[in-house]
Amino acid sequence: MLTTTHENAAPEAAVVLAEINGQGQGGVRATGTRRLNETDTNKRMLWVEHVVAIRDRQDQAAFAAVFAHFAPRIKSFLMRSGASPEMAEECVQDVMATLWRKAAQFDPARASVSTWIFTIARNRRIDLLRKERRPEPEDLPWGPEAEPDQADAVALQQETEKLGAALAELPEKQRTLIEKAYFGELSHSEIAAQTGLPLGTIKSRIRLALDRLRHAMK
Amino acid sequence: MDMAKIKHHLNDALLMGYSSGTLPEAFNLVVATHISMCDDCRAALAEFDAVGGEVLEAANDVAVGADSYAATLAKIAQKPTAAPVPAKPADPVLPVPLRDYVKGGVDAIKWRRVGGGVRQMVLETSSSASVRLLHIPAGTAVPDHGHRGLELTLVLQGAFADEEDRFGVGDLEIANEDLNHTPVAEPGMDCICLAATDAPLKFNGLLPRLFQRFVGI
Repeated sequence: MLTTTHENAAPEAAVVLAEINGQGQGGVRATGTRRLNETDTNKRMLWVEHVVAIRDRQDQAAFAAVFAHFAPRIKSFLMRSGASPEMAEECVQDVMATLWRKAAQFDPARASVSTWIFTIARNRRIDLLRKERRPEPEDLPWGPEAEPDQADAVALQQETEKLGAALAELPEKQRTLIEKAYFGELSHSEIAAQTGLPLGTIKSRIRLALDRLRHAMK
Repeated sequence: MDMAKIKHHLNDALLMGYSSGTLPEAFNLVVATHISMCDDCRAALAEFDAVGGEVLEAANDVAVGADSYAATLAKIAQKPTAAPVPAKPADPVLPVPLRDYVKGGVDAIKWRRVGGGVRQMVLETSSSASVRLLHIPAGTAVPDHGHRGLELTLVLQGAFADEEDRFGVGDLEIANEDLNHTPVAEPGMDCICLAATDAPLKFNGLLPRLFQRFVGI
């Protein structure tokens, strides 16, 4: 399932770019073509590079590629969570605009791009559907030496990839249950009763990144 | 605050509920406050968020409108960068998510007496569950009570002990129908807790039931 969705990414990006820009975007097209031949982890690193390009250079081509891949998934996620198509459409635009505005806060040693986008979409869903505040944990601001290490970022992306593969390989019933939980279809007690998440692979990696952060702040 | 001393943590159901955005606001506030104090749970939450990211990644595509991308660029043009959030002054007791609800630090808490020397401030959240700050004088007991639903108690200052264990700063007690307990604040320092529940507590005894009428829990 994951393989199929990944393969869709590059053509979608090219189509959107052609529609939006109508002019020479050879560089990004080449990137898209190259992506098809790479491993899934490298694709994840490519999304990271795109977000970094948005952060550092306000790179619209990179943004178009991220939009083409994630916007249809966010819309699907929101509609499964109970949003009408119109509300989901509006919400997708808000989420993607937030990604652009907050690109500087993205930390690839602590999250993959899909993880980060999920948290933005979830928060927007709570705003719109439940009209509630969402209390967020106190942020850990970057210290002066806290620029994430490239090796840490690659390792985290690899582990996230493994997590995705493990989820895809779960028995259908179990995977459906987890999807329902994240689409907001399970209550707390229903969640409490379910088990079997393939967790434990990336927690230590994230913990390492947090320790580095705490250390840099001292 | 010595983070290494936190012994009682969030469980998977609470982490997943917070990550998926399905918990009542009152519980979200307790979870966000505990995570502000506990790097282990912060890392565990990131892991649950990663599961959400993979669910999103694997979601079927639903085509966005033809003008969706242009509309997004227009939104960005209106407001290109997020307004910087001004750093809040540090507080010795209340982590940031709580300061937002108290609208200030520990000195801004509007305590109200509720009997037995205990004071509280109810925080405003959506109605599906309630959350309050409790101030329990050192050495004082909160009346013996059971629970109809789920009760989360997070220690912010001092410590309390009950039939289960001792709970110090950052520790979270998760109590359900099975637990009847009498929390007692340790001598030496008044105890400040954040307590959330999705159902009224059951007090065992007449005086405590009167207490309940005043506290409203």
